[in-house]
Amino acid sequence: MERDNIVVRFCGDSGDGMQLTGGLFSSLSAILGNEISTLPDFPAEIRAPQGTLGGVSGFQVNVGKGVFTPGDKADVIVAMNAAALKVCALGSKFNRQGATYNEADALFKSNAVVIVDTDSFTDADLKKALYTSDNPFTELGLPESVQVVPVALTNLTKEALKDSGMDNKAVLKSRNMFALGVVCWLFDRPIDKAIHFLEGKFAKKPALIAPNVKVLTDGYNYGQNLALSINQIRLTPATEQEHGTYTSIAGNKATAWGLIAAAERAGKRLFLGSYPITPATDIMHELAARKDMNVMVVQAEDEIAGVCTAIGASFAGDLACTSTSGPGLSLKSEGIGLAVMAELPLVVIDVQRGGPSTGLPTKTEQTDLMQAIYGRNGECPLVVLAASTPANCFNFAYEACKIALENMTPVILMTDTYLANGSSLWRIPQLAELPAIKPQGVPEQLKGKYNPALRDENGVRYNAIPGMEGFQYRNIGLERDSEKGSISTNPENHQKMILARQAKVDQVADRIPEAQVWGNAESDTLLVGFGSTEGHLKATAKQLDCALLQLNYICPLQRNVGDIIRSYKRVIVCELNSGQLAAYLRSQVPNVTLLQYNQMTAQPFQVEEIVEYIKGL
Amino acid sequence: MTPQDYKSDQYVRFCPGCGDHAICAALQKAMAQIGVPPHQIAVISGIGCSSRMPHYLNTYGFNTIHGRGGAVATGVKTSHPELTVWQMSGDGDCLAIGGNHFIHEIRRNVDLNICMFNNRIYGLTKGQYSPTSPKGFVSKSSPFGTVERPFIPAQLVLGAGGTFFARTLDVDMPTTVDCMVQAHAHKGASVIECLVNCVIFNNGTHEWIANREQRAEHSIILKHGEKMIFGANQDKGLAVEIDPQTFVPKMIVVPADDPRVLVHDAHQQDPTLHRLLALMGQERFTDVADANAESNLPVALGVIRSVEAETYDEAVNRQISDVRAKSKAHTFDELTQTLERWEM
Repeated sequence: MERDNIVVRFCGDSGDGMQLTGGLFSSLSAILGNEISTLPDFPAEIRAPQGTLGGVSGFQVNVGKGVFTPGDKADVIVAMNAAALKVCALGSKFNRQGATYNEADALFKSNAVVIVDTDSFTDADLKKALYTSDNPFTELGLPESVQVVPVALTNLTKEALKDSGMDNKAVLKSRNMFALGVVCWLFDRPIDKAIHFLEGKFAKKPALIAPNVKVLTDGYNYGQNLALSINQIRLTPATEQEHGTYTSIAGNKATAWGLIAAAERAGKRLFLGSYPITPATDIMHELAARKDMNVMVVQAEDEIAGVCTAIGASFAGDLACTSTSGPGLSLKSEGIGLAVMAELPLVVIDVQRGGPSTGLPTKTEQTDLMQAIYGRNGECPLVVLAASTPANCFNFAYEACKIALENMTPVILMTDTYLANGSSLWRIPQLAELPAIKPQGVPEQLKGKYNPALRDENGVRYNAIPGMEGFQYRNIGLERDSEKGSISTNPENHQKMILARQAKVDQVADRIPEAQVWGNAESDTLLVGFGSTEGHLKATAKQLDCALLQLNYICPLQRNVGDIIRSYKRVIVCELNSGQLAAYLRSQVPNVTLLQYNQMTAQPFQVEEIVEYIKGL
Repeated sequence: MTPQDYKSDQYVRFCPGCGDHAICAALQKAMAQIGVPPHQIAVISGIGCSSRMPHYLNTYGFNTIHGRGGAVATGVKTSHPELTVWQMSGDGDCLAIGGNHFIHEIRRNVDLNICMFNNRIYGLTKGQYSPTSPKGFVSKSSPFGTVERPFIPAQLVLGAGGTFFARTLDVDMPTTVDCMVQAHAHKGASVIECLVNCVIFNNGTHEWIANREQRAEHSIILKHGEKMIFGANQDKGLAVEIDPQTFVPKMIVVPADDPRVLVHDAHQQDPTLHRLLALMGQERFTDVADANAESNLPVALGVIRSVEAETYDEAVNRQISDVRAKSKAHTFDELTQTLERWEM
């Protein structure tokens, strides 16, 4: 069987290593030339009770060509236990008593291949997963078209490792490698490449290489030689990618690396002030490990100190950043306002999660848009960007730094759980290919005459840095005099300064590329989205043969956005919130009619659902 | 360098008679004595009367937002340890809204010189009680007297593992300058509690020691290595007495020639004695009912504690250079070579 792309979901207990297994399979596929898009989906609890429904952790990947999203529903499921099977079969209704399989709710298609570990379906396992009978497959009402492939994963793994001398616990932990072996066979992945890849993965733990390779190989051979009565699936090779060196990268890591690249290109030291918060913390982890790149990370005492230490570092001349998620962005609001008033460069990364309040920390949403644009006291304009793929988190983190340093303004970069934890192919750039960054400084002739109200021809204030002789100045969060730079409460001056700060942000629009429409630009229908919904909306636009405007620059908008929107008969703004982008666009592009498609389930879009909705309009 | 070199062109807007004028003058004098040129100094503040200070100094300055001076100063010093960083703050800015940053800059031992202006009142918001107002204090926001126990700043500093604590008085210029010079010399978070008078909203709050007639009897200026002697006639000394039943140590006043008179050791790592010294006479300032307490113990001024410990900014920068020395990748292009990567 040959397919363009296939969606695989690895599902098990949160201790079963599903994220690792899924990650390995994805990277392996990427190496073999497939496009990939991944979606890790794990519970907020670190370790829920073993074998329970609440502890199920999943990793979904779409591999093949023309891959825009991790896929709506899986073609292949690997269920490591009875709870995982139930969660996949019932989807969001998994804890509803008496619920049975229906394709709309299920995480896999009605013709899916479902590989299960039969050894994890004992009476005790069924009880923990709240089954009421001893036949889970009948109880779940799986249609006959679902092809269940029972594999005694646990016993086969034990058998594979019987001479290894490993204890039972360690042996059981390797079950995921057996499953991976079976899946590698199913997709005809060359086993030698998988082994080579695994060796690289465990290079720092050599003792783990041999047993894992053994289990993986046995799983592969099991698929090949024994009784697997399913057809292998061959994926069409990916469409020609731009020539280059590639890797698979997750959004948070790409974000961190974008900051590192920008600092080096700008000739600045990178400073991160941050406080742990899901799902942003991996950015701090990544940067804390990058002392080799001269990155300074302060794990601050709270979110406020995160942004304020960064503001201090920016004042002192570093490229300063703070990373957080929605609740942390709320706490940082006053500090961000200070950076706006003090006109200091600052990069704030908001990895959005389900809100409000603590909300759904591990789930994805686009509900911080209004907070990012407007969420501060006073007239407080700044630049807002949104990354739209895990890989382009790198580019927009870089762009955020460039805009901040060159325009003396805070920039909020929005990503979200979906981008942060998902990964995609990334063509690794050379630093020299990236656009130059020229941080705003101060002309030498202002020595002795400098004050912080002095601006260049673009309205960007000149920046002196402590240590420079003859440029001492006092920065403030109070209003400053538009000429002398000292404190001012003059009414006309205040209005003048508000307009100056706004004009400075507005002129950024002259320094960014124009917006491009994707898909069938001749269609009379335009979808509009921002940030991480790019993949889903591309897939939707492709199916509907219509146009898509996916925004990465939110504030200011690109100069031609208004013209694009006005040139379509029907414009539908699709977002994972109740209509924040639509409301913002109505204020920026007046007198247009915008239809809306809004989803607030803290899950990515389902392409089929948007397509159905738009067809029904 | 002269104090004039550290004065900005800004008109000083503290109220006439405010203790902050004296602290400002002392700071300019101390900076001149220390001799670090103005462009290598950053003075960071939060919000409040005290936080106006950066405007009056010809150094780099940043008047930030309420309570956050400590966090901003931590960012400045950590990223640029070559700068001399001062933090100007008050009892509200430092101990209420900015309390978290205050204890953590002390815990980390960031090399900052922190002047905490303690006037036991919120002046800029026009007269509400502060975390150092004595219990029972009547103010606009406590018309029937507060029911809260106040902080004693020294307790908080020592509790957070503070390596330097000094106390001074607005009207005592030489001690203030000396404390500032020593705070600069000390590597780590140096806290100077500056007792200042708010002439408008809390006039006379430190009268017990500020009054020129009584000051010598009611306060002692501690100097490292010198005997703890005080009094108008220098006839009194300080000693420690341990209660034989409870083993609780307490300070006592003895004649100056008593062999038990202590010699001040500010460099002692164990903070027990520093705490006893810092707490002397504090009951007068912690409860309105005790304003006229019968204690004969003087209030300790001068540098009470100054001990060596590794600073955060040094440690974190050294860790970076150590890792860099051992690692092979130092540039982005070298870093990407370490990735699992393939050609397409």
